[in-house]
Amino acid sequence: MRAFFALLARNRLALVGLIVMGCVMILALITPILPLADPDVTDTSQRFQRPFTEGALLGTDHLGRDLLSRLLWGTRLSLAVGIAAAVIAATLGAAIGIVAGFYGGRTDNVIMRGVDMLMAFPYILLALAIVAALGPGLMNALIAVAAVNIPFFARNIRGVTVGIANKEFVDAARLSGMGDLRIILTEILPNVIPVIVIAMSTTVGWMILETAGLSFLGLGSQPPKADLGSMLGEARSALITNPHTSVVPGVMILIIVMAVNLLGDGVREALDPRLRSGALTRPMAATLVRRKGPVPEASDDALLALRGLETQFHVKSRIYRAVGGVDLQVRPGECLGLIGESGSGKSVTALSIMGLVASPPGVITGGAVHYKGRDLIGARYEDLRRLRGNEIAYIFQDPLATLHPLYSVGDQLAEAITCHHNVSKAEARARAVNLLKSVRIPNAEDRANSYPHELSGGMRQRVGIAMALANDPEVIIADEPTTALDVTVQAQILSLLDDLRRERGLAIVFITHDFGVVAQLCDRVAVMYAGRIVEEGPTDAILNAPAHPYAARLMACVPELGEGRRELAAIPGLPPAVNDLPDGCAFAPRCDKAQPACRTGEIALARSSDVRRVRCIDPEPIPEEAAG
Amino acid sequence: MAGYILKRLISAIPVLLGISIIVFVIMALIPGDPATAILGSYATPENVERLNRDLGLDKGMVQRYFIWLGNMLTGDFGRSFALNRPVIDEVLERFNATLVLAGTSFILCSLVGVAAGVVSASRQYGLADKAITFVVLLGISIPSFFLGMMMILIFAVNLRMFPVSGMWPIYGDRDLAALISHLTLPALALAVVATGVIARLARSAMLEVLRQDFIRTARAKGVHERSVIWRHALRAAMVSIIPVLGIQAGFVLSGAVYIEIVFQWPGVGRMLVDAILKRDILLVQGGVVFVAACYVMFNIAVDVAQTLLDPRIRS
Repeated sequence: MRAFFALLARNRLALVGLIVMGCVMILALITPILPLADPDVTDTSQRFQRPFTEGALLGTDHLGRDLLSRLLWGTRLSLAVGIAAAVIAATLGAAIGIVAGFYGGRTDNVIMRGVDMLMAFPYILLALAIVAALGPGLMNALIAVAAVNIPFFARNIRGVTVGIANKEFVDAARLSGMGDLRIILTEILPNVIPVIVIAMSTTVGWMILETAGLSFLGLGSQPPKADLGSMLGEARSALITNPHTSVVPGVMILIIVMAVNLLGDGVREALDPRLRSGALTRPMAATLVRRKGPVPEASDDALLALRGLETQFHVKSRIYRAVGGVDLQVRPGECLGLIGESGSGKSVTALSIMGLVASPPGVITGGAVHYKGRDLIGARYEDLRRLRGNEIAYIFQDPLATLHPLYSVGDQLAEAITCHHNVSKAEARARAVNLLKSVRIPNAEDRANSYPHELSGGMRQRVGIAMALANDPEVIIADEPTTALDVTVQAQILSLLDDLRRERGLAIVFITHDFGVVAQLCDRVAVMYAGRIVEEGPTDAILNAPAHPYAARLMACVPELGEGRRELAAIPGLPPAVNDLPDGCAFAPRCDKAQPACRTGEIALARSSDVRRVRCIDPEPIPEEAAG
Repeated sequence: MAGYILKRLISAIPVLLGISIIVFVIMALIPGDPATAILGSYATPENVERLNRDLGLDKGMVQRYFIWLGNMLTGDFGRSFALNRPVIDEVLERFNATLVLAGTSFILCSLVGVAAGVVSASRQYGLADKAITFVVLLGISIPSFFLGMMMILIFAVNLRMFPVSGMWPIYGDRDLAALISHLTLPALALAVVATGVIARLARSAMLEVLRQDFIRTARAKGVHERSVIWRHALRAAMVSIIPVLGIQAGFVLSGAVYIEIVFQWPGVGRMLVDAILKRDILLVQGGVVFVAACYVMFNIAVDVAQTLLDPRIRS
């Protein structure tokens, strides 16, 4: 509860709302003891006095009554009626919702059908019908407004109750012999209250407005008593000649409702965990780049070369070093495997290349990505966009989530072409069908009209590959494209990628945690741990004789068919949290060879043979034949 | 698709029946008898009794409901005693005017609201987002009847840009230009609140969608950011925006009551308020049932639009 108020206080706008609302409430409460003129005493000789005249700070109305006094008394009435309506609607609505949700079955059905009927009305029609039946009057307007809002509460609270009523602690309460009423009061109600508060915070402003509205129409408070709505209604006939009589109550309603809305937003934000964690931020078109230190030069003839790439996630005051200085390169026709446990930073590395890391919270803080000698980090958005999908293409994991659910796969493929090439729709469509054929999708013409949800997992993955191939790219970055697939489909997809590489001379960066896949497809492999490369070299050499203790342990986790000699051992402990990396080697806490020297200073990625590099001060010895 | 529409139409029948029952029950709660209300308190008992018999009020509740329902199905909503004309004629004429006003407002608030929400979301925490958020907050907090009055004061009385009230000029042609100049202020005043609500929702729906993986795919393809926002993200966000448009249509229709009073618009809302003050029960009853039924039909249209947009529901 204290945390809730702390959160509320941190939201500056909500605080403003709270203060304004507090002032209005206090004014309304102390109105009877303030030295004000009687709000109902008429004096036609003093009618329509302008504001700031003597004896009438806000002027007088058409009957010469003091506007300030009427305003405060009217505010008092409006607030009382609006809040009473909200409380009545919330109480009755919650009771109905809890009963429906708790008992379920036929009770629920009957109640919810009734609620649906009431919600089928535009709300004011129902309120008007009720006022028509009961007759005009403030009490009747209050009843009408409360009644109209009951269905909203009932429906919301029923939904939550249904979720709670099936929880174990309710069953436990039932088994312990508690009666229904006690379960509702002690188990259900405390869990439902936050929802009631949220629902009230969204509606109380409305209810103040609605009661004011009914009074404005002449159906609420009756003369001489006036709430803000009827003050405005009475002032309407003098709108043109004496606008101040309208402005005074109108602005007051505006202030009250705005304060309530600000406060309500703050309450919702404090109670809704999703809004609180800042999860609802949208990623920008390209990852934010804030590089400190010098930008590395392009060094060799590689097609794509990462130099000291650093990508971090900044969440409030915490910094997660997801990628902490990665060097990689890939040549045309070459396939590089990037391997590591989940969370080791391999996907973030891959996404950083084209600026696709969600930002906020992602920030590229250092290094360079050289493509054909040009640095992509910090490149202009338009330059980056022209390369995306055109020269460097991605294949993502889980194509059900990565394909747009509402466009046919043919349209999505055609779009990949049209956003880089000026071709006609028909031409793009024909190419899309050809692409589907080239990834061996049967009935490509028909399939092009299918939506992603109509295809099987393997088919969708092929569509993902076809999309990556759409513009004949130079580099394909495949992020675990086969993880979600069964083994036979996986084998087909891998051989498809291998063929494409040989036929088109593609460079592939293949991200996986599966050594089998690496062995099958990759020329070279890089092993990642806690955001850094710990070992790199030719695939055969590294798979046969890993030099880094982590790579060795990782491979020991893979069961091997037909070879009973090797021990199957899980690595003890967990990878370190990347917002709290230890000094020295990140793997030292889990390594059985760790020495004091492992825990201090920077350990470089050093050459262990002509073609292999390892980041370890005491690597496993490399036999002659595995030197590469 | 035709099958789906038919199914939705059939499922509307119980809702429509429910609406008629609710209205009938509320009206039956009226204390005292309508005949006295119509004839006034000085009426002779004989006259009251005769009128009660003429109105069918001497029969039981259930019987009266079915007679009323049967009559309505043949288009007979009864007779307004205050206006001395058939309820249905008055309601249809007035509903036309409301439809012009509310329809214009609804189109306005849907377009502006969605656009504002999209811009706000795509520039989250930027200047445009902050400005829109503030205007939206103001918009959803201002009572539409007060806004309407201020608009009259500023744009009609002081600047003389638009007429003060009414739907048509008293003298002169009833052409489109005249209608537009009379329509502008009330349609704007009516649209403001709903625009704010829609903009808020569209913003959060867009923020939700922009975090999805398929948006990253679109960016990875090299789709231009403009198209990522307005094509990929908005299309997906519309799935959650459209149901709210349906709900907002109800709010626009409701808010029209105030605006019709403020701007002297000859719509069904003003008719209802007048009828309530004159205790013209049959007119209230008929008007409420008719408008509610139209609203139910409109919501079916929204559901159909929703299925047309989303292939996952369609199949």
